[in-house]
Amino acid sequence: MARLGLNRRQVLASLGAASVAQIGAPACAQAAPRVVVIGGGFAGATAARAIKGADPRIGVSLVESNRTFTACPFSNLVIGGLRALPAQQFGYDKISASGIDVVFATATGVDAPARRVALEGGTSLAYDRLIVAPGIDIRWDGLPGYTEAVAAKMPHAWKAGEQTLLLRRQLEALEDGGVVVMSVPANPFRCPPGPYERASLIAHYLKTRKPKSKILILDAKDSFSKQRLFQEAWKELYPDHLEWVALSKGGRVTSIDAGTQTFITEFGEYKAAVANVIPPQKAGRAAFLADAVDQTGWCPIDPVTFESKRSPNVHIVGDATIAGGMPKSAFSANAQAKVCAAAVVDLLAGRTPAQPKLINTCYSLVAPDYGISVAGVYEPVNGVLTDVPGAGGVSPIEAPRAERAQEALFAEGWFNTITAEVFG
Amino acid sequence: MRFLVLAAMLLVPAAAARAEPPPGASSCSGCHALRPEVVTAVPGLTGRSAAELASQMQAFKSGQRPSTVMGRIAKGFSEAEAQAIAEWYAAVK
Repeated sequence: MARLGLNRRQVLASLGAASVAQIGAPACAQAAPRVVVIGGGFAGATAARAIKGADPRIGVSLVESNRTFTACPFSNLVIGGLRALPAQQFGYDKISASGIDVVFATATGVDAPARRVALEGGTSLAYDRLIVAPGIDIRWDGLPGYTEAVAAKMPHAWKAGEQTLLLRRQLEALEDGGVVVMSVPANPFRCPPGPYERASLIAHYLKTRKPKSKILILDAKDSFSKQRLFQEAWKELYPDHLEWVALSKGGRVTSIDAGTQTFITEFGEYKAAVANVIPPQKAGRAAFLADAVDQTGWCPIDPVTFESKRSPNVHIVGDATIAGGMPKSAFSANAQAKVCAAAVVDLLAGRTPAQPKLINTCYSLVAPDYGISVAGVYEPVNGVLTDVPGAGGVSPIEAPRAERAQEALFAEGWFNTITAEVFG
Repeated sequence: MRFLVLAAMLLVPAAAARAEPPPGASSCSGCHALRPEVVTAVPGLTGRSAAELASQMQAFKSGQRPSTVMGRIAKGFSEAEAQAIAEWYAAVK
């Protein structure tokens, strides 16, 4: 393969990590294709930068409601009192500096036939291709008794930011001996191992600061991501501070009584001193604007281009997608966005996108120095992103603690690397 | 069409096409930082020869080189795919 003359900046650019790697000369304005990206999280910001980096002549607008992005990965450390929230927060200055038009506004509509995105205030943006990276929204109709108002008292903290801090403050105010209760929904939801990492780090906090307290996990499932690894670690680290109640043991929460801060299951009621309700979820709002959501609440996509199966010229990346074997993770979102960006650049140039391969790696921290991982390699098979047989899987059971410590270090390295690629 | 012709004259699409990563390669930079200033325990892929990168992938795949996660990932790539990824990263100067 002759890939001569590729310099580091060009490669960074083609991966979407460019700062100011502008190659080539500007084309005449009328001829330049336009891409609009809605959503400036891991998926959307990656896609915008990857497109601009691969072909600077493409006009790229990134539409985002918030001026500061607060990352969910590692936010469980904030809840556990091991990290400050500002370490999770990133701005869009470097993205603007790379030649992307960052528009701080809320999208209010997508006119697919006219290929325009309407923005609050009455303006609109024209596109040749639209990429929607909306993340998740809470299904406020999904758990009786759990409303937006109740979330101000019983936080979900499944979108990082004020909710993260609220849960942290409640844990700090908890009296030693009080019970923390967390409910976990059925699949699919953002970050499959996330609830169990969070419960671990809350148990870590309780064990060290509120030793008479414990956390109870009420689960709508009988099995979960990295289950054996988590359970092995819980037995060793938190035998008195963490209890998991599976679906088959009556763990499924059917409603919430906000007045008494009680979780109601088919078999009992659990009153919480601190309550963390991880509610059922769906694709984020912008996916609905683009008519890209099916009856499951998520977005079916073509696995080569990430183009919506419902809405032509609209591509969906990240947590909102139905991505076959790929979990809803920041790593997946970043990997999908880079593949989608390459496909969009190809399609705009009249080329046929190549069959992609994608990787996911998700780390979870069971304790600050105890990391575990799950990895997978994926490719499109019969229109579905499918695990490559023989690859992937989780960290070994009964590995030495040094290996867990190594994975904890790699987890932190991953966070630093991905946030630098997307926002740095 | 006008766009394509103009673009061809500028040789940009050709350059962009050459720079397009082979299957799987774009995922790697999620963990392996391309920027030297990033603080991470994960080794970088740039500044190494294609032969070294390809042989390490094979060593991870066979288990000859012990790893936490790379063995699980390397098993998802054929020798030819790993070679293409190695050459692509080796071209980063």
